[in-house]
Amino acid sequence: MPPVIEVKDLTKNFKDIRAVDNLSFSVPAGEVYGFLGQNGAGKSTTIRMLATLIKPSAGEIRLFGLDLQRHRKEILRQVGAIIERPDLYKYLTGLENLRIFAAMSGIRPTTGKLMDQLEMVGLAERAHSKVKTYSQGMKQRLGIATALVHDPQLIILDEPVNGLDPQGIADIRNLILHLSKGLKKTVLVSSHLLSEIELIADSMLIIDRGKKLVEGKVNELFDPSETLVEVKTTDDAAIWDKLSTSSWKDDLQPRRSDRIVLKLYRSRVPEFMKALVEMDAGILSLNTRHSLEDYFLSLTSGQQHVDAFKD
Amino acid sequence: MSTWFGCGKKGNAWYLRLMAMAICTFFYWGNAIAQTPEEVLARVREKLEKVNDYEASGKMRTNVIFIKAPVASVKVYFKKPNRLKIKNESGISFIPKGSVNMNLNNIFLGDAGYDIIDMGKEAGTGFRIIKLLPKEDNSDVVLSTLYIDEAQSLIRRAKTTTKENGTYELDMKYGKYAEFGLADKVIFSFNTKDYKLPKGVTFDYDDGEQKETDKLKGKKGRVEIVYTSYTINKGVSDQVFQ
Amino acid sequence: MWTLLKIELFKIFKRSRTYIAFGAITAIILLIQVALKFDGKSYIDLLMNNLKDSFDLTDDLKVKILNGYLICFVILNTLLIQMPLLVALVAGDSIAGEANMGTLRLSLTRPVSRTQYMLVKFAAATIYTLALLIWMALLALFGSMLIFGVNDMVVFRSDGIEQIPVFDVLWRYLAAFGFAAVALTTVSSLAFFLSVFAENSIGPIIATMSIVIVFTILSEMNIPIYDNTIKPYLFTSHMVAWKGFFYVKADADGATIPGSIENLRAIMKSLGILIAYTIVFTGSAVWVFNKKDILS
Repeated sequence: MPPVIEVKDLTKNFKDIRAVDNLSFSVPAGEVYGFLGQNGAGKSTTIRMLATLIKPSAGEIRLFGLDLQRHRKEILRQVGAIIERPDLYKYLTGLENLRIFAAMSGIRPTTGKLMDQLEMVGLAERAHSKVKTYSQGMKQRLGIATALVHDPQLIILDEPVNGLDPQGIADIRNLILHLSKGLKKTVLVSSHLLSEIELIADSMLIIDRGKKLVEGKVNELFDPSETLVEVKTTDDAAIWDKLSTSSWKDDLQPRRSDRIVLKLYRSRVPEFMKALVEMDAGILSLNTRHSLEDYFLSLTSGQQHVDAFKD
Repeated sequence: MSTWFGCGKKGNAWYLRLMAMAICTFFYWGNAIAQTPEEVLARVREKLEKVNDYEASGKMRTNVIFIKAPVASVKVYFKKPNRLKIKNESGISFIPKGSVNMNLNNIFLGDAGYDIIDMGKEAGTGFRIIKLLPKEDNSDVVLSTLYIDEAQSLIRRAKTTTKENGTYELDMKYGKYAEFGLADKVIFSFNTKDYKLPKGVTFDYDDGEQKETDKLKGKKGRVEIVYTSYTINKGVSDQVFQ
Repeated sequence: MWTLLKIELFKIFKRSRTYIAFGAITAIILLIQVALKFDGKSYIDLLMNNLKDSFDLTDDLKVKILNGYLICFVILNTLLIQMPLLVALVAGDSIAGEANMGTLRLSLTRPVSRTQYMLVKFAAATIYTLALLIWMALLALFGSMLIFGVNDMVVFRSDGIEQIPVFDVLWRYLAAFGFAAVALTTVSSLAFFLSVFAENSIGPIIATMSIVIVFTILSEMNIPIYDNTIKPYLFTSHMVAWKGFFYVKADADGATIPGSIENLRAIMKSLGILIAYTIVFTGSAVWVFNKKDILS
């Protein structure tokens, strides 16, 4: 089955700032696709381009095999999106909001169907309350309901669990899994909660400064039995050169200025430490990280963020 | 008449013809030469005195340079000696101040009488021109100039200068009510002040057309009443004039 | 398109702030009607001050002049200064309000073209304008007719008085309200255009009012340098053209000609100019919006 989303050489400039830089990726049908990046990495800009809120400066976007610019209306009938927080009409009720967005999507469901939607996100009892009386979590859930009301094939969720309590987060997680595995929909999720992405995503894309860092299946990019080894030596440049010409070269992660990072199976860590000693490396520190967050942080250029959260 | 006296027959009728001509001439010249201005006025007054009151219906047309008004149906009430009221019962009419002077009787008001100046006849019309200067110091009328049709004892035109209401002119056309000295058509001309309202009050629409503002200055206003009927001496309530 | 329009109208009339304008109009009209009911004579005296030396200005005449048709004219004169603000309240909020609320991005991810979205928004703002005008007509015209009765209508211009027969007035008001609808739609389109550039409705509302006020001052002032250069092209110069329906022709003797209009050509020209402005503002708004990146 062809990919639902195909992005090729996507670029967006805001005056002198290049927010997205020749980004290419594809989202397979029926998967949960995680979209990761730090603040300001270009995630929102990319998602807004997918949702036709922003026009690309260059590049191509195809959804369902069709060019997005030329077949916008046809494509958007199959897309449900929440961009950043779901702001709704505060002076209207939840039911009224849902009805409006359903109508804008070209459908006129009965009140019963709309109530079913609200039931699905746990808002049936508050259907007739004005949205201004809703909590942040309730607004988030209503936003998801508006994204799903017209039964789209592609759902784009930008930070869907913001403001939710642990139960709410779990509910959204289960919902996303149901949409993907049960209803065979394609879900693009961007989130800062990497632990959640780790639990639900089939594939992922990590971007930094508008550029792609990695893309692929989660279980291929990140194996929990693997670990990231970060080592700091007295002469990182020399040790890097030695490692890159050794049997460890395939385990090396993209070069960083402040440390050397390798991805190894945990069982090989002692072997690596021994190799360092044999290379006469003056080891200043050696850490292992084994979560997606660790993986993410190792790839992205968030030095300050890393130091802030170090043990 | 000449046939009745046998003036047209030959023979001895020549003296009869002469007599008839003399009589005709006597009446003609008698009227002309014998009518002093006092007599002319007396005849006019005699007619006017026949009317104690009247209620008239008519159409009034207002011709003032700064007023556009529709032709209005009006009622005119008169009661001796000097009360006259023009009323538009239902609609709106701008009645000139001094319209009470449309009543010709006003000219002859005042117990002190007036000085009479005979100006002779007007060229063209043959109307007798008589000026009246009221002797009474308190009289509102300062000077009246009357153009009188002697043959019918009717005032055809009047120019009157008053203390209160400036100078106005009356132009009368008579028809079936001539015997009462009541006109079928009266044109009343009067002086108007220039009209101006600040644009900040009116917020006029400026359509871009140039207006001839000089035309608006210093023009006389005119009210023309064409009477359709008079109800004469049937009584008019005093309330009408309040 | 019709569904979208219904949605927009639903949103407009569900907001309590929408009714502020209706309330304001009601209050202003009632205030004027009460004031003139109790002291209309003073107002008439002011207007007819120039005439008192030449004409008999009886109380009966003043009462007749102060009839429902004149009252409505006075109200329109006053209100059509405030109406642009009330109209801008909704039109200026059209896009900026949605951006501010965050609902713009939600709406534009739906399968609706931006052009369609904009046209529907503008149509809804226009319908709101018409609703305001109809409300004003009901209160100002029919309400005044009920309270003050009807008679010939006397229009006081800066250089003269026009008296229109009672049977010849009502159609003129219908035409005037129709014209006012177009004039206010022009203001609405300006606010709508400015709304595209803002993410807060206060900005476009204030900007619209500022433009209307400045242009109105330029339109009303008699400064030669502006008279032939800028004035004919300002839309505010043409917004008062509704009054032209109450300027009548007279015959050679000064009698009003019923059914006549002094300068219909000028009114039609003003109408054309206002429509042109509306098309330019709306068209520009749609064009800019189509190009715009939605970052709100």
